Amino acid sequence: MPEERILDVKNLKIDFHTYAGEVKAIRNVSFHLNKGETLAIVGESGSGKSVTTRSIIGLLARNAQIEGGEINFHGKNLLELPEKEMQKIRGNEISMIFQDPMTSLDPTMKIGQQIAEPLIKHKGASKKEAWAKALEMMKAVGIPNAEERINQYPHQFSGGMRQRIVIAIALICEPEILLADEPTTALDVTVQAEILDLMKDLQKRVKTSIIFITHDLGVVAGMADRVAVMYAGEFLEFGGVDEIFYDPQHPYTWGLINSMPTLNSDILESIPGTPPNLLDPPKGDPFAPRNKYAMRIDVERKPPFFKVTDTHYAATWLLAPGAPKVDPPAEIVRRWKKYDLMKQEDKLPKIK
Amino acid sequence: MARYLLKRIFYMILTLLIVATVTFFLMKLMPGSPYANEAKMTLTQRQIMDQQYGLNKPIWQQYLIYIAGMLHGDFGTSFQYSNQPVASLIGARLGASVQLGLQALILGVVLGVIAGAIAAMRQGTWVDSTATVISILGKSVPNFVLAVLLQYYIGLKLGWFPIAGWGQFSQTIMPTIALAVGPFAETARFIRTSMVDTLSSDYIELGKAKGLSRMEVIRKHAMRNSMIPLVTLIGPYAVALMTGSMVIENIFNVPGIGEQFVKSILTNDYPTIMGITMVYCIGLVVILLITDIVYGLIDPRIRLDESEA
Repeated sequence: MPEERILDVKNLKIDFHTYAGEVKAIRNVSFHLNKGETLAIVGESGSGKSVTTRSIIGLLARNAQIEGGEINFHGKNLLELPEKEMQKIRGNEISMIFQDPMTSLDPTMKIGQQIAEPLIKHKGASKKEAWAKALEMMKAVGIPNAEERINQYPHQFSGGMRQRIVIAIALICEPEILLADEPTTALDVTVQAEILDLMKDLQKRVKTSIIFITHDLGVVAGMADRVAVMYAGEFLEFGGVDEIFYDPQHPYTWGLINSMPTLNSDILESIPGTPPNLLDPPKGDPFAPRNKYAMRIDVERKPPFFKVTDTHYAATWLLAPGAPKVDPPAEIVRRWKKYDLMKQEDKLPKIK
Repeated sequence: MARYLLKRIFYMILTLLIVATVTFFLMKLMPGSPYANEAKMTLTQRQIMDQQYGLNKPIWQQYLIYIAGMLHGDFGTSFQYSNQPVASLIGARLGASVQLGLQALILGVVLGVIAGAIAAMRQGTWVDSTATVISILGKSVPNFVLAVLLQYYIGLKLGWFPIAGWGQFSQTIMPTIALAVGPFAETARFIRTSMVDTLSSDYIELGKAKGLSRMEVIRKHAMRNSMIPLVTLIGPYAVALMTGSMVIENIFNVPGIGEQFVKSILTNDYPTIMGITMVYCIGLVVILLITDIVYGLIDPRIRLDESEA
């Protein structure tokens, strides 16, 4: 059964005008989101994850300029939609959760009003109906004593509770797409797990698709169906969550996985160097300067996406026919072996 | 809340006592005497007069007598207007000052909020720069300069409003404008900074992500949060304006308390100086208390802290 694509981003290019010049923040990014799935976009700070998602909802900074591309949603290109039309989509069909729940809520407005607001705006609900639904949402996101707390203000809630409220706001109109920009980064680890469970649970109930941005691969493993690895404004590799975790192909993905702390690791691995300056982006593979497996062609020519499986693609010359065999880090080799074993025993979960 | 109020009232009384004390001794350091033609007085005349007004006693005794009287609500009698009690003297003149002050405060603050908000929304454009220049001018040009300019151009040349005097509403317009410039400039500057801050906050972003239009976000989320710091500013301004501006009242010949204050200082009318100072000071401490209560009403975060205190 073919997957229904709910969102299709093609050749997105975004520049930022700064005093130093044009920062080419997003450079030819294409991806799609299937109905009901969770797509995780991973990458380090400044790789363009947030900019990509913000462009979907039309909330880019004022100095951002969309240089090209399409974002197709229900047959409309969101990049060409007038602001009035975008307002009808925001918070209604596509909503967003931000990173810091401590500052995401209006400090002087009652929680109930804040949750009810999108419903009043988009569905023309009366205040009474909207508050009733807000109460229902508060219960759904697991806020105890919702009847009493609906009249309270944000400062009376903990960080985890506030993020639950933000999720309630995002989901009250039952959006088709939820953009979650590092929704658990600012939270304690135990609270993180609760919020992730809540999101998975609500995703099933509301039947929404999620784009989940994070730099935490640990979070991705439990949350995502598919993963896209982003670096310096480009996607380097994307595939099913097991393909990325157990059969990674791009040296950058190797580096990311290798730097995840495990129970047996004595030292914490890291990727040496810093990302390239996007005022003057590199010609070839943007990761080449930090890549110890880099070949001359990596610096000179941008690698295309090579197909690994129907769902798994990676942009590295290592996958080109006739490329030299390299020895990835031990942890990656261990994962490859485990992956082969899983394939032989046919224990691999089916990827959508 | 009751305990908090009691504590605040205790500190208010303490503040008033300290102000009364400091003012009393500073006033006694002023050169000159209350007598209009001191040079022509004989020593005996002078001694009789001093005795009559209680000025022959040591200063510390005069002080204690004054404070004792004040605690009983007696502010003494004016030297300048023979035997008129200071309380009724101030009462008769406070009305004009309060009216002028309130008009100026409302005009200045309302226009200031609008100008500041527009400047913040158009941050970095010519609208913003213009608003900034106007508020710097308003803050730095003394209001008496503006008052004289208004009198000359609007009053004399154009003849739109009476140049001076008191009694009709039209006579209040130019002094109101002159007085309103200060609070207008300060409010505009304040609101702009505060609004720029608020507009870059995450909850404004969330408001947009909810699908609210720019105006809805500003009306529902940015306005109230930007106004919070303004409350602290308005309180003292309100007192300063309503207790009269010496200069403006003098220029426009308004029979207000500020004008009276100048007269009483020039004539060393000690009880009147003390009385007006105390009125100003009482106004200030009361307004500061009201400010703190209003703060709590606008900002729920402070409300909770108070009830816990």
